[in-house]
Amino acid sequence: MNLAKIFISAFLIDNIVLMRFIALCPFIGMSVDVPKSFGMGLAVTFVMVMATIVTWPLYHFVLVPLNIGFLQILVFILVIATLVQLVEFFLKKQVPSLYGSMGIYLPLITTNCAILAVTFDNITRGFNLVESVVYAVGVAAGFLLSMVLLAGIRERVRTSPIPEFLKGTPMLFAATSLLAVAFMGFAGLVK
Amino acid sequence: MKRLVGIFVRGLVAENPLLMLMIGLCSALAVTTSVENAIGMGLAMTFVIVFAELVISLFRKLIPNSVRIPTFIIVIAAFTTIIDLSMKAYFPELSKSLGVFIPLIVVNCIIMGRVEAFASKEKPLDAVVDALGMGLGYTWVLVGIAAFRELLGNGTLLSAQIMPEAYQPILFFTLPPGGFLVFALFISFNIWLKRVLDRSDRAPVKEAA
Repeated sequence: MNLAKIFISAFLIDNIVLMRFIALCPFIGMSVDVPKSFGMGLAVTFVMVMATIVTWPLYHFVLVPLNIGFLQILVFILVIATLVQLVEFFLKKQVPSLYGSMGIYLPLITTNCAILAVTFDNITRGFNLVESVVYAVGVAAGFLLSMVLLAGIRERVRTSPIPEFLKGTPMLFAATSLLAVAFMGFAGLVK
Repeated sequence: MKRLVGIFVRGLVAENPLLMLMIGLCSALAVTTSVENAIGMGLAMTFVIVFAELVISLFRKLIPNSVRIPTFIIVIAAFTTIIDLSMKAYFPELSKSLGVFIPLIVVNCIIMGRVEAFASKEKPLDAVVDALGMGLGYTWVLVGIAAFRELLGNGTLLSAQIMPEAYQPILFFTLPPGGFLVFALFISFNIWLKRVLDRSDRAPVKEAA
């Protein structure tokens, strides 16, 4: 499978939020305005790629040879939680400017199902390490795109007349539904 | 006994994890394309939350406060692994159609939230009742959404033809956008229901005044 294909289908066609319903909590919770959602998107991208780089070799070079593949769920969640902590410490100490912009999002990412889902996907789809990293970047880019799009819509919704029964959260899901319809248009992009 | 019933009922309506607290949404929308999937997912989730709350509650005095979150994660992950492997062995079809969402139970915020807020402080029996309430509260919403989507999108319920032959299935409802729209309507309905209930609660008070 070529890399461009993996990227495009993870980015647009199988968009993690709009088509696969993963990571809805931060999608709804953090998309209050565009800068905030952009910061969250970047932090997710960073952690997702890091998690892929760590979990893929761990599975193939440690868990499989030892024949303890069934511990996958347990090991992956612990690795991701630890990784996020380490990244947080490192950024706080070494790159305070970056920490300032995405530090507050990091603890939230530990329980972001998108990260865990991607690391499982990498294994079940039989990707090699390079493909896995490309896939992680594609998924993260798709998350970033849909977050920023919804944040833009929310800024408009605030000043628009909306039907009484849709006010509040229902409106967000209705808007997301329309966004998902738009994304379905990408379905035939890769054969 | 009355207290236990109160704990149980709370999860079904007033503190329903999906409609009221708006957590654990991912799996709720993804697996509700058919009632069968919804039941499978709901029961798997109920299994994990019941055992996780039970174990945490039994050991609540032994778990040091500073490492409680990692401890909770390990317990939840252990039960998720058990249900994942059991479903792969006994219900391979169902397991395949639920896919990555079974392992993702481990990061489902409902479980983490209840374990942290309830099981780590209360007695084992209360914790199990709370878990059953939350698990079934999650399941009924899932089945409700799934029934709506399967009926309109496929004309069937539990794979049995319900709609008349002439009914043209509205494919939209089984596709992802339909999931979002149906969920928007469910929340909207729930907000309306809550408002009506609140009003009827308040009405006698007004008369008294």
